[in-house]
Amino acid sequence: MLSIIVFLPAIVAALLLFVPRKRVRLFPWIWVATSAVDLALIIVAWTGYIVGTGTGFGYEENVRWLPMLGSGYHIAVDGFSLPIVALTGVLFLACAVYSLREQRRTRSWVILFLFLQTVSLGLFVSLDLLVFFVFFDLSIVAMYFIIAGWGHPGAARAALQFFLYTFVGSLALLLGFIGLYLASTPHTFDMVQLVHQDPLKGDPVVAGIILFAISLGLAVKTPTVPFHTWLPPAHTEAPTAGSVILAGILLKMGTYGFVRIAMPILPQAWRDYALVFVIVGVVSVLYGALVALAQTNLKRMIAYTSVNHMGYIILGLGAAGLATGSNVQASALAVSGAVTQMVSHGLLTGALFLLAGVLYARGGTYDIGAYGGLAKTVPVFTGLMAVAVFGSLGLPGFSGFIAEFQIFTGSLGSAPVPTALSVIGIVITAALLLRMFQRIFLGAGQRSHDEAPPAPQASMKDVFSREFFAVAPLLALSVVIGILPAFLLHVIDPAARALVALVGG
Amino acid sequence: MPLVLLVMLPAAAAVVLLLRGRRTDAAAPAIAVAVAVIDLGLAIVAAIARPSAEVTALNSIPGAVAVDGLAAIAMVTVAAVFLAVVVFACGDIGRGEARSRFFGTMLLFVAAMFVTVTAVNIFTLLAAWEIMGATSYALIGFWWSEPGKARSGLIAFITTRSADVGMYVAAGAALAAGAAGLNLARLDEVAGGWRDIALAGLALAALGKSAQLPFSFWLSHAMAGPSPVSALLHSAAMVAAGGYLLLRIEPGITATGWLGPVVAWIGALTALLLGAVAVAQRDLKQLLAASTCSQIGFIVLAAGVGGVAGGATQFVAHAAVKSLLFLVAGAWLAALGTKNLLRLRGAARTHPVAGITFTVGALALGGLPPLSIWVAKDQILSAALPASTALYTVGLAAAALSAAYSAKALAVIWTRPASVAPLDVRAGRIPVSELLPLPALAIAATVLGVLGVPPLAAAWSRTLGTPDAPTSPPWEFAMSATLAVTVIVLVVWWQHRRLTRSDELVADTAWLRDWLKMEAGIDVIVVRPIRALSAWCSRFDDRVLSQAVTTVGSAVLRLSRVVNARLEWAIAAAVAFVADGARRLATAAVRPQTGLLHQYYDQAIVGMAVLVAVFILMR
Repeated sequence: MLSIIVFLPAIVAALLLFVPRKRVRLFPWIWVATSAVDLALIIVAWTGYIVGTGTGFGYEENVRWLPMLGSGYHIAVDGFSLPIVALTGVLFLACAVYSLREQRRTRSWVILFLFLQTVSLGLFVSLDLLVFFVFFDLSIVAMYFIIAGWGHPGAARAALQFFLYTFVGSLALLLGFIGLYLASTPHTFDMVQLVHQDPLKGDPVVAGIILFAISLGLAVKTPTVPFHTWLPPAHTEAPTAGSVILAGILLKMGTYGFVRIAMPILPQAWRDYALVFVIVGVVSVLYGALVALAQTNLKRMIAYTSVNHMGYIILGLGAAGLATGSNVQASALAVSGAVTQMVSHGLLTGALFLLAGVLYARGGTYDIGAYGGLAKTVPVFTGLMAVAVFGSLGLPGFSGFIAEFQIFTGSLGSAPVPTALSVIGIVITAALLLRMFQRIFLGAGQRSHDEAPPAPQASMKDVFSREFFAVAPLLALSVVIGILPAFLLHVIDPAARALVALVGG
Repeated sequence: MPLVLLVMLPAAAAVVLLLRGRRTDAAAPAIAVAVAVIDLGLAIVAAIARPSAEVTALNSIPGAVAVDGLAAIAMVTVAAVFLAVVVFACGDIGRGEARSRFFGTMLLFVAAMFVTVTAVNIFTLLAAWEIMGATSYALIGFWWSEPGKARSGLIAFITTRSADVGMYVAAGAALAAGAAGLNLARLDEVAGGWRDIALAGLALAALGKSAQLPFSFWLSHAMAGPSPVSALLHSAAMVAAGGYLLLRIEPGITATGWLGPVVAWIGALTALLLGAVAVAQRDLKQLLAASTCSQIGFIVLAAGVGGVAGGATQFVAHAAVKSLLFLVAGAWLAALGTKNLLRLRGAARTHPVAGITFTVGALALGGLPPLSIWVAKDQILSAALPASTALYTVGLAAAALSAAYSAKALAVIWTRPASVAPLDVRAGRIPVSELLPLPALAIAATVLGVLGVPPLAAAWSRTLGTPDAPTSPPWEFAMSATLAVTVIVLVVWWQHRRLTRSDELVADTAWLRDWLKMEAGIDVIVVRPIRALSAWCSRFDDRVLSQAVTTVGSAVLRLSRVVNARLEWAIAAAVAFVADGARRLATAAVRPQTGLLHQYYDQAIVGMAVLVAVFILMR
């Protein structure tokens, strides 16, 4: 079942290689259909998981792959991976719908995205470090081609920087994985066995070095300050769907790696260095928000708010490592909030990037100052952006609030000052997002400075249905999580508790 | 059930109206009025039945609402004011306006307000609290195409959200303190520093929302919104919710020992200073806004000194009075096109219904006995007196200022205009729907004082579950009554004389009119440093962090060029040298191969001789 979910897109992609080029107009529709079927399968799996135990691993598959290396094709879902897998399904479908009119080399475009979907799903379900690593690197490769091939004029350089930076990060990750392998007896890359063995229990120095290597790789991918500088250019130059997947899915590979690998396999080291992660988290929160405040390019701004939002996740996970015995409930809340934030950020930032694409398609620039008073001409677009902005700034009723409230509430007891500081982040993001919204959409629509000719606003068309149906479901899902979070939290909670039990000693 | 309906009905109507947009513009007012009527009924039922409801939200923290005495009072008050305001808005927000958006947002607000007053735990409270803030933003910026409106909304939203940071911290502190499910009512039971942090955080959020010092300036910006919004959100409901929250957590505030005096002094000073700000205004809505800060300061003062009964009376009385005054101001704004006090001169004479109801409201606001606010304020002052004479004195001075600004407004609207303005300018008519709610509110503003009369006052305290309000000594009543009457008479006379003589306003002080220059101060202390820090971080990011990565990248490139140019060359040269040497050796080695036998013999002899020589020498 799980393998079908993972490999369905890749199989379809492989079959598409044999479809003649003149049928290219079918390709986007095939992508939509494939992603829809895959999402349906994920929903079935979700239901089955809840109806079943609702805890631990479900749909586990474990096949011998490289037995001499102690590595196998071991996949399963649990409370951490299931929400992210579902998010992956949703976001790829949204991108498929949005890309229905993609004209440039449609065939390669569709095949690349289908391939990337398999890679992403595979990463989130893998329980073997080598399998994880293979998918981790393949995601970088696929995204490189997407940015370089379909991006804006400066894309080649940005794509190369993205590739080299995250690839170097992945090498650190690989070194860490090899370290874990060598430390284990018998040697294995299997995450479940490694968690069980806790191989570096009595060796804090080596554990610290390995945690450093793994965290470096994941921190580059997440990204946290100061390893974030590849993100803004990559986002600015990437095509819209590429930005959505980059922000919504690829960044989660970093944060997901922390809860899946770093924390459970190196619990003692995580506790020892938890303060480092808390500080990195709070710096990312504040620094990301402050730099975002100064941006004039819409996509760069959203990119920096991603740094801010990822910071909350790192903060929550770090605080869980600082917690003492009595704060188990609070730590579980923080971890649960961190995972909720991964889902929430995927939905809301995905929507924001799609809307940025809608804006670019009409005005030909991401420069916020080039627009003004658009609400008059494009009311539906304005409404969607307003909802996305309020969701992103963590307004109650949206998923972001559920995530951030849990992170703050769960972290404050263990890390009072950093948490209190990072709450200030929500004020700054509120200011910058609303300011952006007001500049582009509200006001009379006349720019005071006339050095930049305003985008053709009077003739601007409101959202097309494919754009609407790509964005609206993401926002609706965020609202559903915001109002009825229980369906999601009940899945995450057992996994969060299990993790806190491991890390809490 | 009535409680769930009370919240869900307006929320559902709001969702429909907001999603349908302009298509439901025509139906929006009727829907809103219908919901408001039903909600008032539901609020009364819920106030009697005292229901509670709970929904699973976070793990171990539910979304929970319940009605106790305080919530019952607030619920009915809000429902009543909401009905009055919505009826008024049917006329004020005209046919061409985006009525669906207006009434939808108002309905969303009122749903959030009902949750705010009934919230059992901090999670539920914070969720509703922030939604109120967002609807406030949307309503202040309702006319978004006019310059400055959206900015005003942003300033209001960001200022209150900055204070809301306190509530996020409070949630975490309450959890750390072990308050089960973040329950607000349990905060006084847990002990230790976490409890104090939790309560201080809640108090901070409350002070921000209630536009107390030093946050007051946002309420000035909030006046950019339509008048019905000012009448509901920015006087009776959302702004008052901060004071309400302080009353709700009063047992906890008292338990900390230190927070009570802090809160009480902030309330008292706001009452005093913003009272002075109100006196200095030239704009009627600004006067009323400053007065709102000042009047809610009394609620805050009450919460700080444990006078919950008096604070609750003030909450109810102020809601009636201030919504009435804002509605009249809005009616005049629509009819006469101005809220400038000087231009409103004589407005009560051209619009008698509005004028008379405004007069009733202003007299109540000025603390004229036996109207409602006089009673409430006296309850609060008599609770403050045992706590501290200084607090009491400041409160009394603030009461005198409220008499002054009320009198100033009264004198202006009743003084005949200097020259008879052309009729067509002055005779804008006020529609019936705008007049309809005014008398009802005026009656409420008059009679709500009975809540402080002994038999009712005891029942009031019982409803609130607090000990009976301390009864003031008779001299206290006499003094505050005399003070109010004296100040009102004096200021009316003074202002009237100034108007007729020179058409000027009294107490026209610039820095007071500028709301104590609070915004400029915050701009210098907070906003500019953050902007500068933001710009600095951005430059740092571009020039240092990003550059560092590029530098590493180009360093690798340069290294490779160096390797290419130098090392590669050297290695190549070395290889060439070796190859060259080998070739030369080979050439040299070929030379003896002459093919001539005698030369080979010669070579063998030379070789032998060398070997012998070596053999001999080596020995």
